[in-house]
Amino acid sequence: MAADVSWIRAEPHGIHIAPADCWIDPSRPVARALVTHGHADHARGGHGETIATPATLAIMELRYQTREGAVPIEYGETIRLGGGVEATCIPAGHVLGSAQILLEHAGERVVITGDYKRRPDPTCPPFEVTPCDVFITEATFGLPVFCHPPVGQEIAKLLKALRDHPGRCVLVGAYALGKAQRLIAELRAAGHGEPIYLHGAMERMCRLYEDFGVNLGELRLVSDHSKDDLRGAIVVCPPSALNDRWSRRLPEPITAMASGWMRVRQRARQQNVELPLIVSDHADWGELTRTIEEVNPAETWITHGREEALLRWCQLHQRRARALALVGYEDEDD
Amino acid sequence: MELFAALVDALVYTRSRNEKLRLIAEYLKHTPDPDRGWALAALTDGLSFPAVKASTIRNLMMERVDPVLWVLSRDFVGDTAETASLLWPEPEGGVMAPPGVTEAVETLARMTRMSVMAELPKLLDRLDATGRYALIKLATGGMRIGVSARLAKTAFAQAFEVPVEDVEEYWHGLQPPYGPLFAWAAEGAPPPDAGDVPLFRPFMLAHPLEDATLDLKDYVAEWKWDGIRVQLVHVDNGAGGETRVYSRTGDDISGAFPEMAEALTFPAVLDGELLVRGSHQGGEAGGAASFNALQQRLGRKTVSAKMLAEYPAFVRLYDVLIVEGEDVRDLPWEQRRARLEALMPRLPPERFDLSPVVEAEHFEQLAEIRSNARDEAIEGLMLKRRDSRYVAGRKTGLWYKWKRDPLLVDCVLMYAQRGSGKRSSFYSDYTFGCWDGDPDAGAELLPVGKAYFGFTDEELKQLDRYVRNHTVNRFGPVRETDRSLVFEVAFDSVHASKRHKSGLAMRFPRISRIRWDKPAEEADRIEALQALIRD
Repeated sequence: MAADVSWIRAEPHGIHIAPADCWIDPSRPVARALVTHGHADHARGGHGETIATPATLAIMELRYQTREGAVPIEYGETIRLGGGVEATCIPAGHVLGSAQILLEHAGERVVITGDYKRRPDPTCPPFEVTPCDVFITEATFGLPVFCHPPVGQEIAKLLKALRDHPGRCVLVGAYALGKAQRLIAELRAAGHGEPIYLHGAMERMCRLYEDFGVNLGELRLVSDHSKDDLRGAIVVCPPSALNDRWSRRLPEPITAMASGWMRVRQRARQQNVELPLIVSDHADWGELTRTIEEVNPAETWITHGREEALLRWCQLHQRRARALALVGYEDEDD
Repeated sequence: MELFAALVDALVYTRSRNEKLRLIAEYLKHTPDPDRGWALAALTDGLSFPAVKASTIRNLMMERVDPVLWVLSRDFVGDTAETASLLWPEPEGGVMAPPGVTEAVETLARMTRMSVMAELPKLLDRLDATGRYALIKLATGGMRIGVSARLAKTAFAQAFEVPVEDVEEYWHGLQPPYGPLFAWAAEGAPPPDAGDVPLFRPFMLAHPLEDATLDLKDYVAEWKWDGIRVQLVHVDNGAGGETRVYSRTGDDISGAFPEMAEALTFPAVLDGELLVRGSHQGGEAGGAASFNALQQRLGRKTVSAKMLAEYPAFVRLYDVLIVEGEDVRDLPWEQRRARLEALMPRLPPERFDLSPVVEAEHFEQLAEIRSNARDEAIEGLMLKRRDSRYVAGRKTGLWYKWKRDPLLVDCVLMYAQRGSGKRSSFYSDYTFGCWDGDPDAGAELLPVGKAYFGFTDEELKQLDRYVRNHTVNRFGPVRETDRSLVFEVAFDSVHASKRHKSGLAMRFPRISRIRWDKPAEEADRIEALQALIRD
């Protein structure tokens, strides 16, 4: 059965719910927006009204100083958007506050995943499979070459490098929202109790995570410490700081990067990464395809990433699918 | 195979030259024979498995993965070996232990074009993704992981604390897995006996003169000829002897220049410039044609009778290293020159002449001679210390090169873009760079210019093929190459420019020639261009 769902349309700047005149993750300011999570390519400031989970709203406030028009919605909570459309937030497992959005209208169900992953993450509740007619999925790592290894294996690699080079530090580039905190939480879970040092740009987001109950252990700022203090320590910074002059203050750093792209050697080489850590907050190929099978929608729409390959997979598995041409979504530093 | 795969992986991610040396040295020290010998051969491009080609890998993958998904993946990753290693389906059920390097090499060597499609998967099934990557790279040749043969030899020397010059010299007579080389270096056995093999000896090289002035009492001048530097080696091995012609990089190019290999008939090692005879160019003992004519003869495994007749080769001799079993490398240049002159009557004049000494009263006069030289086959002058021994590599103060035309620079091809119109399918626009420091110490290339002409249509085809085979990355219509090809770029002038990362802009750059023979790390540094800024 083909889904009709003419009430929801993919426009270049986002997904538009016509009966409620509400947008999902619009890339330019609108009167009313539903925001799946706080990453910059999904959450933009300047909307009249922003509907999102409390954590996402807090992240947006921190990043854009926008407070006005914030409408919090908890996981599992359903709100009426008007025009006979109801919206429910469901955990997406991507970062703190990240949500899938279930839209229901005229007996039809549409799920928008935003970004998601299926692996456990100590900083956010896990993705929930939600049956629907139309499943709108991301495809950031939508190529069969992407298979993220178990996170424990990558954490062990990091800790081994640290042990092997006691006089140096391991500098890990990690996206400031989500990846950094997940990495720290995973290190804690692996028994690494030492203080972890942060680039200044990481601090406020880590504090926000702690305010939401994610325990990150003892965090210190690099700027408060001498080179010698940092020997044998893990330092976390935004990817942009990896090859920056900032890192000169560190004791012979081993340059690491936590990202799903590290699966491809040339990607790692391009960024001068010596220790690639394949840690991603996105679904890999296996998760993307398994999720489509589990959700089993009448139709799959693919938003951003390597949509061609996922489209091909759907075709090979006799699943109706189409790629949406949305602008403004980028391959973030995942 | 796991240790070798881990080494390959570590080398991919390591930038520092010292760290690469350490990694390779550690591996060589702690890996048993013959594994380490095969690994060394793999790192230095010394292995060849004719049955395994890039197309073999592609075909194997097409049998296992949807072709569309394969192409999309290959395009994204940009490397067939890596894509295949990532996409190879993990085998189900019990798996045999991973093969050792030696087992892998021996199995690959036994494969035929018939059996490869059945046999190669059995090896791949026994490895993880890292192992598969190393195996495919090893099997298809050309690791391209930022390790030059020179670096690997240096690592070998470092591992066993032996002189790298000795390693280079003994290496050339041996085949993988180099048992006698390891026995000598690691266990103190006598040096490998080259015996009746015509061995390559490392060349003596020159530094650029820069702004120095030299005293002609101490230095002698010769023309720097615009061909390719070669070494001819003849050994007497009973059956009429054997001669090999080696290029600057130590590659055996005898097959491309059979007339030269036939021309040396007594035991000797000679150093000279290989040129092609041309009637229209000046010169003293018969003219040499331009480098372009010589290019017709380069890069061929065999050569036709027509080629031999149209572009006859000869060597203009610079030096002698060994004659009739006597190693004269420790003699001063003046004495070696005398020995070389004495040899000339024994050499066929149509194949050999002597690079003449350029006489000048003083340095200023020499400068004038240099700037008036009009012969196309002259690149400039060489200045050699009269008492210099023949030593491998580039030793300060002994030999200098003083190029004629200052507005030429050797750059490394970095990116190539598809052209338009009739060149639309060809990568014809080239961005090239110079080193921002010592490439052996981890310097990077800075783009300095872009050119899209200066080559023939035939050369364009060769360049296009080169770019496709040496791509490490793709950005839409642009390909990033592995930075291994040197262009001699000619240009009218160079100016300071804030708009370019390199801080300079070349005017009217064009490819003056393609230096297939020149190692990338010997391309010019950015200072060479900066020194030419006139405004």
